[in-house]
Amino acid sequence: MRSIRAAAVGAVTMSLALAATACGGGSAGGGGSDDSPKTLTYWASNQGSSIAVDKKVLQPELDKFEKQTGIKVKLEVVPWSDLLNRILTATTSGQGPDVLNIGNTWSASLQATGALLPWDAKNFAEIGGKDRFVDSALGSTGAQGKDPAAVPLYSMAYALYYNKQIFADAGISKPPATWDELIADGKKIKARGKSVLGAEGSNLAENIHHVFVFAKQHGADFFTPDGKPDFTDPKVVDAVEQYVDLMAKDKVIPPGDAEYAQNQSVSDFAKGRQAMLLWQSAAANLKSQGMSEDAYGIAPVPVRSGTPGAGTQTNSMVAGIDIAVFKNSHNLDGATRFVKFMTGDAEQKILNTAYSSIPPVKTAQGDAAFGSPSNAVLKNTLATSAAALPQVATESQFETVVGTAVKDLFADAAAGRAVTTDSVKAKLVKAQQQMPAA
Amino acid sequence: MTTTALKEPVRETSPGAAREPHRRTGRIRRLSLPYLLLLPALLLELLVHLVPMAIGIVMSFKELTQFYIRDWGSAPWSGVGNYKVSVDFDAPVGEALLHSFFVTVGFTLLSVGLCWLIGTAAAVFMQDTFRGRGLLRALFLVPYALPVYAAVITWVFMFQHDNGLVNHVLHDQLHLTGKPSFWLIGDNSFYALLTVSVWKGWPFAFLIVTAALQNIPHELYEAAALDGAGTWQRIRRITLPSLRPVNQVLVLVLFLWTFNDFNTPYVLFGKSAPEAADLVSVHIYQASFVTWNFGTGSAMSVLLLLFLLVVTGVYLLLTSRGRRAADA
Repeated sequence: MRSIRAAAVGAVTMSLALAATACGGGSAGGGGSDDSPKTLTYWASNQGSSIAVDKKVLQPELDKFEKQTGIKVKLEVVPWSDLLNRILTATTSGQGPDVLNIGNTWSASLQATGALLPWDAKNFAEIGGKDRFVDSALGSTGAQGKDPAAVPLYSMAYALYYNKQIFADAGISKPPATWDELIADGKKIKARGKSVLGAEGSNLAENIHHVFVFAKQHGADFFTPDGKPDFTDPKVVDAVEQYVDLMAKDKVIPPGDAEYAQNQSVSDFAKGRQAMLLWQSAAANLKSQGMSEDAYGIAPVPVRSGTPGAGTQTNSMVAGIDIAVFKNSHNLDGATRFVKFMTGDAEQKILNTAYSSIPPVKTAQGDAAFGSPSNAVLKNTLATSAAALPQVATESQFETVVGTAVKDLFADAAAGRAVTTDSVKAKLVKAQQQMPAA
Repeated sequence: MTTTALKEPVRETSPGAAREPHRRTGRIRRLSLPYLLLLPALLLELLVHLVPMAIGIVMSFKELTQFYIRDWGSAPWSGVGNYKVSVDFDAPVGEALLHSFFVTVGFTLLSVGLCWLIGTAAAVFMQDTFRGRGLLRALFLVPYALPVYAAVITWVFMFQHDNGLVNHVLHDQLHLTGKPSFWLIGDNSFYALLTVSVWKGWPFAFLIVTAALQNIPHELYEAAALDGAGTWQRIRRITLPSLRPVNQVLVLVLFLWTFNDFNTPYVLFGKSAPEAADLVSVHIYQASFVTWNFGTGSAMSVLLLLFLLVVTGVYLLLTSRGRRAADA
């Protein structure tokens, strides 16, 4: 009897202890502090071809930071598919990393949660001032008129990667500059038995990047100037239809790509099965898959007519990764120093070289390491013909609902069902109605 | 059982005035002991299930979007607004929910039915001793033992359009289809999901039915054989009726698991499932965590919970009534 009672008491105590730990989370409402100045947690987005590659790239730099400051950085590389959810969970619980990477298109959405440290003039001064950064990169760090929620870390842009050998075999002398040229080239390439253009039809974010650019080329946007969803504008409908038609009508994207979501189209290109790929800063990825740099060329993404530029000649979104500080950090001072370190000239050169991206820091961008012809295309695109995705709080929802609509349209095209202006419009109407009122 | 065990000593002893107070404390102690022992479980149940459930119900009445998730208590009340949106079947949110509900019901009925059928057939078949039975039985349990993610991701590879094993067999080797089919997008995704769900679920049915079969006295079969009953008659008259109580629980458990299954569709299709395979669990996940409409997601969860409670209640009522009728 006695032992039973002791066991019962023990069990009760233990469950109470469990209860206490379960409830003892951090306060969600509070701000950060400098309570633990010797450590930092860093969630890095998966930039390399694998998480292991990222660890190999980043760890030596983190060790360098520790040597300089005595602050140990605990690194966790988070895959893209998990990153937004992880940030959301951290926001809800108040228990997040000190420093984290975000996809720059999410800036305004995450800014709205209030979880990220705003980069006001004072904070920017601590990392060398806002002027150090390229304007186009700063355009994707939060809503206009508000202090940025993050600092640009790596910049990227879309380009057209083409296989030189396949082009030569098909008798094509230069990469296509317009969509009509691309479709005409596609016929020649298909005649040689190769697939023409890769796409990731089931990858929502990838779909969004492309239809956003197509919408720009049609002179439309997915949002009204005051930030309301405007997915059913006839120009938007045309733009989405034009993109899906690359598979449905023009037959340059193979139907199999409709179910791609894991960068399979990059592998197809790297393995020489496919003539062209629209991708952002793909060099490091292609190299890790064994494609030599001489085998492919890089050209600006085609436009409808003329040469790339602003407005309807836009041919890329401003792609990139930002670095942000979690407001609840227990080492705000160290976190700021870490951001300064990562955005410093020396680190910018090392990291952007490793990831074949472009530094968003002006001084680093001027370095000879980023002067290669391929980088010139990316740099030029970023400077003159790339546009930032809408910086609205509902951006992440937009990615989901419109990305899904495009995915469904690709599924229709792949299955041989007709994709018409009406069917495109119906999907976009549904997507717009699913948007939460903001 | 506990109560009779506790009452017995009280009934046995004759009342003695002098020992009354001592005995009363003893009695209280004895009566309270089971509750004391249950307390840790109750506390954990409270923490792990009831508190989050209560929070979920509160959230379902709030206008909870990304603007408030950091401090969800401050989100404005929306009354029954989230419920209205969820059940307004003419508007897209409600319409999509209703569609996903019907997909889930159809999928669950088919999946549970097939799991039960295959599991029971296999268990009956494996009753006879033969060489290699142990090995086969172990193999049958492999899908049940494998981690869900690893198993389902393998299926993803097999269902791929270009390089998948499924198309290789169906199209390249058996020439059953005119051209390779898509399994992970479009309408076929329903069958892909069903295949994986049944593959994953039937070993559980097999395991439970095998255990139940071992409890049926062998004499029954011997007597039936003496009376000239064939195999089918023995299955129909002895095996199935004896399995009934087990089957009732088995079907209910399978139903609840399949109806709520999140892992299989999520690993197969990612965060936005094709319309044909849009199960309610992923749908709610999408409403909450992908479009960041936590209030509406919570309302949908509460509605789903109510539905499952009603179904379970009706099911238990029917089966217990059936059992009582059988007992009488």
